Amino acid sequence: MNFTLSEEQEMLKKIARDFLIDKCPKTLVREMVADEKGYSPEVWREMARLGWVGLAFPEKYGGNGMSFLDLAVLLEEMGRACLPSPFFSTVVLGGLPILEAGSEEQKQQYLPRIGSGETIFTLALTETSARYDAASINVKAMADKETYVISGTKLFVPDAHIADYLLCVARTNEAAATENGITLFIVDARSQGIKSTVLRTIAGDKLCEVVFDRVRVPGKNILGRLDGGWSVISRVIEQAAVAKCCEMVGSMQQVLEMTVAYAKERKQFDRHIGSFQAIQHYCANMATDVDGSRFTTYQAAWMLSEGLPCAKEVAIAKAWAGEAYSRVSTLAHQVHGAIGCTIDHDLQFYTKQGKAAALTFGDGDFYREIVAQKMGL
Amino acid sequence: MDFKFTEEQERFRQEVRNFLEEELKQGSFQPSCDAWIQGYSPEFTKKVAHRGWIGLTWPKAYGGQGRSNIDRLILTEEMLRCGAPAACHWFADRQIGRSIIAFGTEEQKQELLPRILRGEAYVGLGMSEPEAGSDLASLQTRATADGDDYIIDGQKMWTSCARFMTDIYLVARTDPAAPKQRGISEFVIRANLPGITITPTIDITGSEAWAEVFFDGVRVSKNYLVGEKNRGFYQILNQLDYERAGLERLMGNYPLFDAIVQFARETKRNGRPLAEDTLVRHKLAQLQIEFEVGRLLIYRVVLVMDEGRAPNWEAAMAKVYSTAFEQHLANMAIEILGLYGQLVAGSKWVPVAGMASHSYLASKGYSLQAGTSEILRNIVALRGLGLPES
Repeated sequence: MNFTLSEEQEMLKKIARDFLIDKCPKTLVREMVADEKGYSPEVWREMARLGWVGLAFPEKYGGNGMSFLDLAVLLEEMGRACLPSPFFSTVVLGGLPILEAGSEEQKQQYLPRIGSGETIFTLALTETSARYDAASINVKAMADKETYVISGTKLFVPDAHIADYLLCVARTNEAAATENGITLFIVDARSQGIKSTVLRTIAGDKLCEVVFDRVRVPGKNILGRLDGGWSVISRVIEQAAVAKCCEMVGSMQQVLEMTVAYAKERKQFDRHIGSFQAIQHYCANMATDVDGSRFTTYQAAWMLSEGLPCAKEVAIAKAWAGEAYSRVSTLAHQVHGAIGCTIDHDLQFYTKQGKAAALTFGDGDFYREIVAQKMGL
Repeated sequence: MDFKFTEEQERFRQEVRNFLEEELKQGSFQPSCDAWIQGYSPEFTKKVAHRGWIGLTWPKAYGGQGRSNIDRLILTEEMLRCGAPAACHWFADRQIGRSIIAFGTEEQKQELLPRILRGEAYVGLGMSEPEAGSDLASLQTRATADGDDYIIDGQKMWTSCARFMTDIYLVARTDPAAPKQRGISEFVIRANLPGITITPTIDITGSEAWAEVFFDGVRVSKNYLVGEKNRGFYQILNQLDYERAGLERLMGNYPLFDAIVQFARETKRNGRPLAEDTLVRHKLAQLQIEFEVGRLLIYRVVLVMDEGRAPNWEAAMAKVYSTAFEQHLANMAIEILGLYGQLVAGSKWVPVAGMASHSYLASKGYSLQAGTSEILRNIVALRGLGLPES
């Protein structure tokens, strides 16, 4: 039992922190909210050069052969910096599923180009029901000779507007049980019949509606087994949920530090407001929520990294972090006073991204149900 | 980073489990809430002592096992999980033994430690007074030097385990002229000395949970002063961290948690198991989530201890969190039971052996004892986050 990072991980964390302080100031974050693409290709290229994008891929696919836990460290720093980037979509939602379920040929074909930053991936999973269960997959892929024809609407697809490839989760067998007729397709985003529209969200992150109108995909682009895609997706949802938790832990830590710093500097009644017990207790509550989120998140990340079954630990981490974040940001605003509620203040980025992160890849209610099942209820 | 126990630790857990299961099978105790602080069983304590499980973390030189705090965490986790009656040795094992080892004289160590290790010394705590609660340094009980002795006069209250304690740990003022933090000393004395009177305090549940302890001209040898005279307040701070650090703050009512989950599985409402009701499922799942968070917060405290650091704000944070969990657990249990939730142990129709109503009431005090949640949040804010003193 040991909750501390290794020396190498501490070093990675420090390099990431320094890089992001330098390359991702809040001016960039602000600019990217309004930007059409929503990320800086220059920063993205530099991240790829640092080996971050291919961090968790084996060396034979041009990666660094590091673990999910190492990735967690990086994601935490990205969350702390509010980094606008297709990293999450490309690595967590694209690269990891290919690494896990891809054929040797697919891995050779896609992973090196993901790692080098050339190719942007994303996952087209959720639909209009906005749920994460197998029953919600209604986009259909119909076999037609050597190809499949995909039709239907995917919603809340991150970065689809800039993606080179979409992993599309589609139903290929309606007669089979809910979880048994789902297949994953690697879809070229330039295929005819794909239309992506960026939705307007609170955080200004680029979530899209993607309409597939009779999109033709070669059979060799199936990722994993025909009709056997759900087990891959279940794993992706677990990894994505924990990866979101890592980002949230970094963000919450930053919010706590900003709040404590403000409480030490802001004076009212001729005293620093941080000397008032009401403010101190708010900050203590925030710190408790941050640490609780950190430990549950790293527990799940460690288990994923070790390849241990951890559905319950993932559920605990995501349910807790999402709701803890909401409490943390409410208290942060309370301590900051009205200035924190302005569009010019940095706190608003965290408030918005935190809520978006809490909603994505399963909210508290979704995971409470999973925990209940794991309790034998 | 590593979130699993070693094989050796898992084996130790299994050994503790086997022992407890055997005891349960033989009917030597019934799982009950608050058993770590109210469960009186000298027989059970002697069995635990016989296995070397008292003083597990103490140095071998003093008869301990020299094992890690993680091992002690495993031991206490299993004890708490089945609500084992460990009150006779809990305080001595948790804090008084450590305190004697850190500050005591060789004579004190030789006299007290073997008795604790054999499961024969049950040490109560004499800290709070009517006018000294959160502001412990305001205490007024005096120890006045008289030749080779001290004469103790005053009153302690909220002393747990007082009805069966053999010894009492005591903080008393030894220099009334000094600033309040600098005139306090620690003692560990026998509880049956002439001049000591114990009056039970009945708690909100109707149990004899605490007592007032009166000292009227109690004469003790100077040999019973622990550590440095007038430095007691500084010595005690460390002890308070240990007092707050443990799983008992999270798992004191674990038997209720088990029972309410079982109840939801087995009880039908309108022909349908309660466990199938989404509201009930989510309440129980939320408790499980909160429990696991608390567990990791406490594990962190223990890891800090095993690094050789004194857990301070980490212990404070864990205790604030954990006692709030215990209160939430009791409240949720009552909500799930509905009208039955108000029935007390022994009543006709009472569910879950009356543990829900008992815990609901008993848990009001959890966020007060061993540091109120307000004092503990101050510690987190000042020492953990570096906010300025008010």
